[in-house]
Amino acid sequence: MSELNLPIYLDYSATTPVDPRVADKMRQYLTPDGEFGNPASRSHSFGWHAEEAVDEARKQVAELIGADPREVIWTSGGTESDNLAIKGAAHFYQKKGKHIVTVKTEHKAVLDTCRQLEREGFEVTYLAPQANGLLDLKELEASLRDDTVVVSVMLVNNEIGVVQDIGAIGKMTRERGIILHVDAAQGAGKIPIDVHEMQVDLMTLSAHKIYGPKGIGALYICRKPRVRLEAQIHGGGHERGLRSGTLPTHQIVGMGEAFRLAREELTEESARIRALRDRLWNGLNQMEEVYLNGDLEQRVPGNLNVSFNFVEGESLIMALKDIAVSSGSACTSASLEPSYVLRALGRNDELAHSSLRFTIGRFTTEEEIDYTISLIEQAVQRLRDLSPLWEMYQEGVDLDSVQWAVH
Amino acid sequence: MAYGKKVLDHYEHPRNVGSLDKDDAQVGTGMVGAPACGDVMKLQIKVSNEGVIEDAKFKTYGCGSAIASSSLLTEWVRGKTLAEAGEIRNTDIAEELALPPVKIHCSVLAEDAIRAAIEDYEGKQAREADAPDEAQLAEAV
Repeated sequence: MSELNLPIYLDYSATTPVDPRVADKMRQYLTPDGEFGNPASRSHSFGWHAEEAVDEARKQVAELIGADPREVIWTSGGTESDNLAIKGAAHFYQKKGKHIVTVKTEHKAVLDTCRQLEREGFEVTYLAPQANGLLDLKELEASLRDDTVVVSVMLVNNEIGVVQDIGAIGKMTRERGIILHVDAAQGAGKIPIDVHEMQVDLMTLSAHKIYGPKGIGALYICRKPRVRLEAQIHGGGHERGLRSGTLPTHQIVGMGEAFRLAREELTEESARIRALRDRLWNGLNQMEEVYLNGDLEQRVPGNLNVSFNFVEGESLIMALKDIAVSSGSACTSASLEPSYVLRALGRNDELAHSSLRFTIGRFTTEEEIDYTISLIEQAVQRLRDLSPLWEMYQEGVDLDSVQWAVH
Repeated sequence: MAYGKKVLDHYEHPRNVGSLDKDDAQVGTGMVGAPACGDVMKLQIKVSNEGVIEDAKFKTYGCGSAIASSSLLTEWVRGKTLAEAGEIRNTDIAEELALPPVKIHCSVLAEDAIRAAIEDYEGKQAREADAPDEAQLAEAV
C-alpha cells in the first residue's frame, strides 16, 4: 500500500491543483528568458510569439468543445463569462424582449447576474428542478415566451454533479431563435461536449476546474447562427472588442494545455474516476440512513453528494480534519442556511444540513477512498451516538411528528 | 471556520454524553432547537432530594459549537442547586468557549436547554405533590 498524504483532497469541484505539465508550460511565458511579450504588440517578435501561443491555446480550448477557435474569447474566469454571456446577450437583444429563463440550482454567478437584470427591468423565470436535480424539459418548454431572449442552464451542477440534457434544450431554443447560454465550468473535460451538436449559443468555461490555473476562463460565442453581445468591460478593444484587457499569456497557455490534456485523457480518466466514485458510494452506502443527492446515472463521474441523516454537516466536517470536502450546509460561510441547491430538490432541511460533497479528481487514489470510507464511518457513528435525533429514530419516534420549537 | 481550543476540546472529548431515564421523577429533560435549523439539544439533569443537580447528561445534533456549549453546560450544572443552575447565562458560555458572533445562538440554545430541563423537573415535582404517593395507593388497595 502506498503512503497516504494527509489531508486527502476530495474537493475537486471547488478547484483543482494545476497539473505539473501545465505549470511547466506556463513557466515558459513569464520570465525574461521566456515568451513574456504582450500578444497585442504587433511591432516585434516578443509580441508575435506571445500571440502565436495565445492562438494555439485558443485552438486547444475550442477543440475540447467542438468549436472553432474564432468562437472562443478569453475572460478572467467562469463568473466573468457568465456575466458577459447573460448581460451581454440580454442587453444586446433587449429590443426583442426582456424575458430570461434559468434554473434555481444554477451557480450564483448566473443567479446573481439575473437578479441584476431584474433590477434593470428584465423579467426572469427561475425553474425548479425535479427531485433528482434534472430539469423537466416540458416545464422548460412551457416557460418559453415570444419575448424570451436568453435561456441559461448549466451543463453540470457544481453541488450535485447532475448533467442536464443540453442537446434537448438547444433544440428548443434554436427553433425559437432564443439564445442558449450554458455554464460548463463543471462539465468541460469531464464529459464529452460538442457545442454545435448541442446547439449551444454561449458557453462558459473555466480553467481551474480542470487542472489549469485560477483567474482565466473563456466564453464560447456561436458564429453560425451569429450571436452578438454587448461588451461589459471596455478598453483597448481586445478580443474583438468583446473583452478589453491585456491577455495574460501564461494563464491562457495554461488553460490551453489543461484543455488539451483533458481532451486526450478524458475517456480513460473518467472511467478511472467513476470507478473510485462508485467505490466510495458503495462503501458509504453500507451505513444506515445515508442518502444520495441528485441522479446517480445522469451525473459527472467525480461527484458524490451524500446526506448522513441525524448528523449535522458542519460537525461532521470538523471530525474529518484529514479529508477536504465541502458541506451542503453553508454554516461555515456564516449564513447558517442549508444548501439552496438541495432545498430546490425538495430535500428537507435536516437532510440538507447533513450533506457532504465529495469530488474526486486526477490525483485521487484507491487508498485515499478506502481511508475516507473508514474515517466517515467512524465519524458518523460517533456523532450519531451524540445525536438526540438518532436516539429518537432508534426508539421509533417519527421526527416529523415532533413539535419543534423553531428558532 | 477556525474553532477555538476549548470548543475543539469539548467537541473531541465531550463530557457527560448520554441519557437519563426521562420517566424518573428525579430527572428533568430539556429538548430545544429544531432539526430544520441545524441544531437540537437534549439536556437531562438528575436532582437530589435536597434540590442539587447530582448528574447531567446531554446529546446534541449540531455544529461543533453547539456540542461544546452543551458539553460545557453539563460540567457547570453538576453540583449546583436548581436556582444556581437557572442563573447560568448564555453570555457566560459564549465567553468561556470564545464563540464567534455567528455561533452565539449555540450558547443561547444551551441556556434554553437548562431552563427547559429545570422547568420539566419542577413540573414533575408539582404533579408528584398533587398525586397521592405509592404508599398511600398501596394502603387504599
